Amino acid sequence: MSRSHEPIFWGLFGAGGMVAALILPIFIVITGLLYPLGIIPAELLAYDRIFAFASSWWGALILLVVICFPLWLSLHRLYHCLHDFKIHAGVRTQTVFYGIAYTATIASIVLVLVL
Amino acid sequence: MAEIMKMSILRYRPETDEKPVWQSYDVPYNHETSILDALGYIKDELDPTLSYRWSCRMAICGSCGMMVNGQPKLGCKAFLRDYAGGELKLEALANFPIERDLVVDMSDFIAKLESIKPYIITQEPRSLDDGCTTQTPKQMEQYKQFSMCINCGLCYAACPQYGLDNKFTGPAALALIHRYNNDTRDQGKAERMKFINEEAGVWGCTFVGNCSVVCPKGVDPAAAIQLGKVESAKDYVIQMFKPGE
Ligand code: SF4
Ligand code: FES
Repeated sequence: MSRSHEPIFWGLFGAGGMVAALILPIFIVITGLLYPLGIIPAELLAYDRIFAFASSWWGALILLVVICFPLWLSLHRLYHCLHDFKIHAGVRTQTVFYGIAYTATIASIVLVLVL
Repeated sequence: MAEIMKMSILRYRPETDEKPVWQSYDVPYNHETSILDALGYIKDELDPTLSYRWSCRMAICGSCGMMVNGQPKLGCKAFLRDYAGGELKLEALANFPIERDLVVDMSDFIAKLESIKPYIITQEPRSLDDGCTTQTPKQMEQYKQFSMCINCGLCYAACPQYGLDNKFTGPAALALIHRYNNDTRDQGKAERMKFINEEAGVWGCTFVGNCSVVCPKGVDPAAAIQLGKVESAKDYVIQMFKPGE
């Protein structure tokens, strides 16, 4: 009987679920509704302001949390959906799915650090 | 005055039927007629060859599980009045091999229930002289709901993951692990964790939640499994710091 390594991915999936449920909607409302409809003034989201936000350590942290955890959430969910669609994926597919999330996580960390 | 219900039943008699076939019966019913009563009427008055399981007639024994219009139900706890104006289609419990008519082969389910050590385990043997083990109502509350299972198998018929891969330990057996692990009289949690930690343990569940919807006894196996995932995740972290495991 072998122990599953699922707890790692389930943990990331859970964290992603929290972010997707609690924080992402706020981002969507701001960037998808309030900003395009002109309800909040355009200057608030001006390039230099956003750049300053992304360059601060706390801004970078927020961006990382908002980008990375939902990635793990969605790739974990998609991976399990394959099984539900009777595509019985093996370790290779698992590696591809979690690999995407992993690569994107590393890429975001690097990009955020460069900023 | 009795009304008439058209009941279609998926028949399978291995000695004559190559594959299951539908057969219909017209059954008179009133406000009190359960599906199990209706099957009794068919057997006594219309067709003695029909096979189905039952015993208690009161949602205690867990033998009369079947698919009623595609939903897993206990025949003795579902009533024709709730299907008035429609038609009833009865099939053997989904996800189990059909043995005959509405009778399924439950061996895999029973083997799973037995495999997870569903009994109180103590580190030291206890004798009668030790007296009784007391428990506060609050301690009992921790597991009582999960001890109400009657092993009817409806949750396995409802679970798409068990349907896709019957290696999955499944709702009732995982709920039973939770029931014993959370009993203050029990000390067997360490022995049972390995059943939880497996891929086929709690991690075979994707939280569809249908098991808890269909359970006739309010057991909520889905909640037990989610709590099991938390336990297993904790256990995972702890074993990382324990060398040689
Ligand atoms: S948990 Fe509920 S549905 Fe599943 S076997 Fe027990 S009583 Fe039946
Ligand atoms: S006959 Fe016992 S549960 Fe239905």
